Amino acid sequence: MNMTVILKRELRSYFSTPIAYVFIMIFLVLSSVFTFYLGNFFERQQADLIPFFSFHPWLYLFLVPAISMRLWSEERKTGTLELLMTLQVSRRDIVIGKFLAAWLFAGLALVLTFPLWVTVNYLGDPDNGVIFASYLGSWLMAGGFLAIGSCMSALTRSQVIAFVLCGFVSLLFVMAGFPLVLDAFKGWVPLLVLDALASLSFLTHFNAVSRGVLSLQDFFYFLSVIAVWLGATSIVLDMKKGE
Amino acid sequence: MIEVSHLTKAYGAFTAVDDLSFKLAPGEILGFLGPNGAGKSTTMKMLTGFLRPSSGQIRICGHDVAENSIAAQQCIGYLPEGAPAWEEMTPLAFLEFIAEVRGLQGEAGQQAIAAVVDTMSLTPVLQQKIETLSKGFKRRVGLAQAILHDPDVLILDEPTDGLDPNQKHQVREMIKGLSKDKIVIVSTHILEEVAAVCNRAIVLAGGRIVSDTTPAELFAQSEYHGAVSITLNDFSRLGEISDRLLDLEGVSDIRVENNQLTVLGHEHLFRAVFSMAQTEDWPVNAVHVEQGRLDEVFRKLTEGVAA
Repeated sequence: MNMTVILKRELRSYFSTPIAYVFIMIFLVLSSVFTFYLGNFFERQQADLIPFFSFHPWLYLFLVPAISMRLWSEERKTGTLELLMTLQVSRRDIVIGKFLAAWLFAGLALVLTFPLWVTVNYLGDPDNGVIFASYLGSWLMAGGFLAIGSCMSALTRSQVIAFVLCGFVSLLFVMAGFPLVLDAFKGWVPLLVLDALASLSFLTHFNAVSRGVLSLQDFFYFLSVIAVWLGATSIVLDMKKGE
Repeated sequence: MIEVSHLTKAYGAFTAVDDLSFKLAPGEILGFLGPNGAGKSTTMKMLTGFLRPSSGQIRICGHDVAENSIAAQQCIGYLPEGAPAWEEMTPLAFLEFIAEVRGLQGEAGQQAIAAVVDTMSLTPVLQQKIETLSKGFKRRVGLAQAILHDPDVLILDEPTDGLDPNQKHQVREMIKGLSKDKIVIVSTHILEEVAAVCNRAIVLAGGRIVSDTTPAELFAQSEYHGAVSITLNDFSRLGEISDRLLDLEGVSDIRVENNQLTVLGHEHLFRAVFSMAQTEDWPVNAVHVEQGRLDEVFRKLTEGVAA
């Protein structure tokens, strides 16, 4: 109950400042640039959105920290965190409510890329089930990034530090599945460890997703990433609120 | 009812609040006094369940704050230091949010908001963003938020800090106007405030209680309590007047500041001093009895206590 009250207030606050509009605009511009120029959307002559989705991990890498950096840093700095936490709302409700607002906001930005979906349907005959699954997977991944960012923001009063930390930790999570990283470990660590490392990666899970294969495994992977980092957020908040 | 027993908060080797115990009954308006860093805010943060004590227990309205903080928070209205609020919201949206969180839905919420908007005179700024408001209005928005759900316990951290004299007066009237079955805790380092609104005063220094008494008792501790001040319009007879006063029975000391002469001694000097001034025809403008000087008492109590 109180979680939705927190969520509503938070979501409203995105739109009462220019943050929301600037973010959405930049997200739309960049995702189109990536799709058409780097992804060769037209040259591929295929009616799908793979060029669009495959750049999402990289796009999120620096756009999601821009949303998540203010989640807690700002509240701590202005003192509203103290107000919020003495208002008969549980810490869990606050953490989840604020996260959900950020996640819904990211979802909205994603939904607003629909002209691309219209375009691909106009030009060809794509598998819309695949596209829907990819959208869902991308949104789940955004949630993972946001949960990491939430925890990083709880660590510091400075939004700049929160931004950089979130970008860095997210990069680790993305790169864990990169050949560059995996090759460095190949041969001298047990296969089990290598698999574990690769399976921690956003990229490993998202590559399948961007082709429209959203398995239950990937679904739960992203949900558990979110749950773990939100749990960490809650602990960090409790530890650091006295400072 | 508030019961605090052996409350302690330590940060590493530094003890911010050291073994605090006190009880408050409905109707008590407690002034929390103390120099900066004495532990006033830390104590309030623990009372409201924001900080967890290192040791000790707090019970508010029958609820243990550590075990059941939500239930305790339901009966507390809290104004944190600096009256924080989300700057991008309007006071109206802010109060609507607080009402919802406090479980005041629909009609009940609207009524509660209308009532606090009226008490705090917020009507002219209801639709303005909080970031554009003056300090006084921001403070009033914070106070409105604290009293919105008509809590049994009101905890206000420096409610009049940064307000002009009119606004200070308004806030004090508001606190005094609260119904008599509430408990109010006000932290401040403004001493007149305690005299103006409180019926109990706890002085903290170095995290410990150095005095727990009534404001009247605090005044009585002053060496100026009952002293007689004489304002002269002609200083040529100062020496003679001082000598005559020192001869009076019960006079222990005479202080001269500006054009004022203060006679210290036992409590009932006024009549003797006044009749002497009349019979000897001193050039006197005014004679009055001092209540006591709180800043002197405050210094006496808190100086030398390690912060």
